[in-house]
Amino acid sequence: MSATTYGWLVLAFPLAGTVVISLLYRRLPGRTAGWIGTAAIGLSFLASVGALLALLDHPHEERQLVSSLYDYASTAGVDGQLSILIDPLSVFMMLVVSGVSALIHLYSVSYLASDRGYSRFFAYLNFFVFSMLLLVEAGNFLMLIVGWAFVGAASYLLISFWYRRTTATGAGIKAFVINVIGDVGLVLGTYFIFKHVGTLDFLATFERVPDEFSTNQGDLVAGCVLLLVGAFAKSAQIPLHTWLPDAMEGPTPVSALIHAATMVTAGVYLIARMHPLFEQAPAAADVGAVVGCLTLIVAATIGLAATDLKRVIAYSTMSQIGYMIMGVSAGAYAAGLFHLMTHAFFKALLFMAAGSLIGAMAGVQSLDRMSGFRRAMPFTFGCFVIGGLALAGVPPFSGFFSKDEILLLVGERGGWHWILYVVGYIGAFLTAVYTFRMIFRAFLGEPVDEARELEQGHVHHADVPRNPANDEEEDTDVGFPGPEHHIAERAGEMRGAMAVLAVGAVVAGVLQVPGTTHVIESFLEPTFAESRLFEAETSTGLTVLGLVLGTVLGLGGIAVAYRLWVQRPDAPARIRERLSAPYRLFANKWYFDELYDAAIVRPGAALGRFAQETFERVFVDRALIGGATGIVRAGSSAVRSAQTGFLRYYAALLLLGLTGLALYFLLVS
Amino acid sequence: MAEVLFFIAATGAIAGAIGVVALRNAFYAVLALVGHLLSLAALFLLLRSEFVAAAQVVVYAGAVMVLYVFVVAYVGGEDMPIRGTAAGLRIVAPLFAVVLLVELCIATLGSGLKAIDGEGAGFDPAFGSPAQIGELFLTKFLLAFEIASFLLLVAAVGAVMLARRRRGLDEGDRDDSTPLDIPRPALTGTMAEAVHSGEATGRGDRDRGGW
Amino acid sequence: MAIGWYLAVSAFIFCIGAAGVVTRRNPLVVLLCLELMLNAGNLALIAFSRMHGTGDGQIFALIVMVVAACEVTIGLGLIVALYRRRLPIDVDELSELRG
Repeated sequence: MSATTYGWLVLAFPLAGTVVISLLYRRLPGRTAGWIGTAAIGLSFLASVGALLALLDHPHEERQLVSSLYDYASTAGVDGQLSILIDPLSVFMMLVVSGVSALIHLYSVSYLASDRGYSRFFAYLNFFVFSMLLLVEAGNFLMLIVGWAFVGAASYLLISFWYRRTTATGAGIKAFVINVIGDVGLVLGTYFIFKHVGTLDFLATFERVPDEFSTNQGDLVAGCVLLLVGAFAKSAQIPLHTWLPDAMEGPTPVSALIHAATMVTAGVYLIARMHPLFEQAPAAADVGAVVGCLTLIVAATIGLAATDLKRVIAYSTMSQIGYMIMGVSAGAYAAGLFHLMTHAFFKALLFMAAGSLIGAMAGVQSLDRMSGFRRAMPFTFGCFVIGGLALAGVPPFSGFFSKDEILLLVGERGGWHWILYVVGYIGAFLTAVYTFRMIFRAFLGEPVDEARELEQGHVHHADVPRNPANDEEEDTDVGFPGPEHHIAERAGEMRGAMAVLAVGAVVAGVLQVPGTTHVIESFLEPTFAESRLFEAETSTGLTVLGLVLGTVLGLGGIAVAYRLWVQRPDAPARIRERLSAPYRLFANKWYFDELYDAAIVRPGAALGRFAQETFERVFVDRALIGGATGIVRAGSSAVRSAQTGFLRYYAALLLLGLTGLALYFLLVS
Repeated sequence: MAEVLFFIAATGAIAGAIGVVALRNAFYAVLALVGHLLSLAALFLLLRSEFVAAAQVVVYAGAVMVLYVFVVAYVGGEDMPIRGTAAGLRIVAPLFAVVLLVELCIATLGSGLKAIDGEGAGFDPAFGSPAQIGELFLTKFLLAFEIASFLLLVAAVGAVMLARRRRGLDEGDRDDSTPLDIPRPALTGTMAEAVHSGEATGRGDRDRGGW
Repeated sequence: MAIGWYLAVSAFIFCIGAAGVVTRRNPLVVLLCLELMLNAGNLALIAFSRMHGTGDGQIFALIVMVVAACEVTIGLGLIVALYRRRLPIDVDELSELRG
């Protein structure tokens, strides 16, 4: 079969999974929906492998294949087609997305086993994977926008999965609104580009870009910046990042899949795919690099002060995506995408392990209440350590190589990119600190009651289920989490998925060691063939400096965390007192939420109130509608007065009319 | 000779007409109309339409007017002056009637139709005879004939429906209230109930049939 | 007599009847005035029938008489119904069908 046929199959399996589970959701007993969903994504992964092999059969220059299934509209100069583009970049993304998704589906089979909404979850999850695959396989702007929008919708559905929790529904709406801002940016950006290029197809667009646009031409820069707005919203970069921490209200597999491995990487994919546009508009690319850098440092500082387990990991995601965005904006495409892949592995692993830990805590997510789980949950602890080492960038784990490659190429750009280089390494140090702060606080130290219970072989259950965010009472019926909590030590599916990801987190680094192996880079080369920045030369000196610096900072961060949270447990409190102002800034997430509330939400609400009370009530209701009905009533009452009810009046009117008619006819003739 | 007869008949017709309009007592008005009808029959005879004249006397003056007399005797025509709710009608009505008269005269007499100056078509012995009427009815105007008979049936049934009594003797205290004597919204229910509700609760703006 | 005279008489009677319909208050008399108008029409029809020499006008006049008879029947039935229900026999008072 050809590569494009495999491409369509990759899309077809998750879609079939969604449809089957949605239609049969009442009749699927037990965990059947889970296995159907996992099988669908598993088949999709196999089809992705098939696509890879089929693509590799083609000679190196001919590895960009387009297949169109249906012509929506080819009128008025707009060519809207249902087409996919199979080239190394899309196959790379397909493999990452379907592979990690399959493992997360496997994890969810047992993680959500007692939830009343089990089948609904897998239907949504399959739909999400379908949308994400559509996004990465899109062959023209139309399908990209469709996939983008579907992914946003799936994210909303999954964040507010436990829909009877008001915190969850609020978070879902917040995520959706910010996503829509991104959608607007994406569509407007497409328009600006389409205006000059005249086609929606990717390959045709990229061909025409050098001819239609001069470097940094106004429309192109505007279009690229708008595309960046879309990327920032989807990838949770500043200033459109406030939805990501709240999105942790969704179940942990959702956080693992959507908000670590796949959806938030859509922005990175977008910039990489649109690289001809960004290279022709370096101003926009610079904006992307600066924002990515800013995000990575801000998120790292917030991670230092956050106390909710999942939110620490969420901020680490934001920070790592900042690295990726900075990388692909600065031209380090292969490095950025490689970091995307390794990040998918270790971040999904971290979230899965976090899910297991939260299960042991019976739903509580606060780090303040977790301690000493090392003996009770050895497997989870091991996964946390592996994921943490990869995240902190310690060799030989994969995160080290990918992060290092990005920073190397950014530094290689020279000029003001040195600032990004320095900030990137500061961020790496902070990453190691907060990651191991989290691990040491949760696993070392005195075991809490839940840990002691687990050591005796009994998973803790709360008497009254409570919302971990605001301590409201709940029940375990549909719309709330199920009564049972699953941990990795007890569930084989969870262990299997986490083990595969742990292996990936450890060994994937060999694919692209800076200066040595180039598997990713050479695979992706056909996509970036005409890029000026792709195959940048790296000096050996800088490479070695980067490797050494990365190792030192990573290990140094772990050491600092060990000293502060294990050896001297009272030290963090003292530091907090001395640096209380920065601490409050970080703990309040740099006040972004408060800023948006004051600048946007409140004026919006005030405008709405004004519109309803003043404008609607006075103007529309009284003046427009009241006026219109008043005129009609006045007119009809004027006419009504002719219906007096007196027979003689009617007769007189008849007579009058007859006379008039006769007069008229007489005069006419 | 014919002219003299014509003038007598015409005078009688017009006098009867004026009598119908002007006489206060309804009974006298009916009698005036009877006179008018007989004069009209005379005019028909002058126009050689014997059958129609006979029908006029027998059907109209005979049956219909007798019906009128019955009803006037039952209902009784009170003397009511022409004191309408608007005096304007008293002036406007005759005025427009005069205008209409003028127009009609101009229309018919001034139309330039030569034939009305003559005495009509040539003498035809069968003209106006029952034989001719019957033949026309049953051949050329058969449909009109049948529809007219149907119309008579409808009118007869309608009259019976209108004037029948609902229950018992309709004297003394009327007790036509239904078991469901609940207040009804305006303009609903049968005409009897609407009429009753108007009387029972007093007329008012309730019956205005509002929005 | 010339046919024109008959037409003039017919017009006269018609207008008198019209004035009567508008002017009188007793519904019985109103119906009588309606009869006047119908008769005027009949007279005109017969006159024209004589003018042409065909019997069509007479047939028409007979049908008009039938219609008039039916109308009188229904009208008088209405008046009897009104009287039965103790309503005033006065067209000015019977004005409920108003807007």
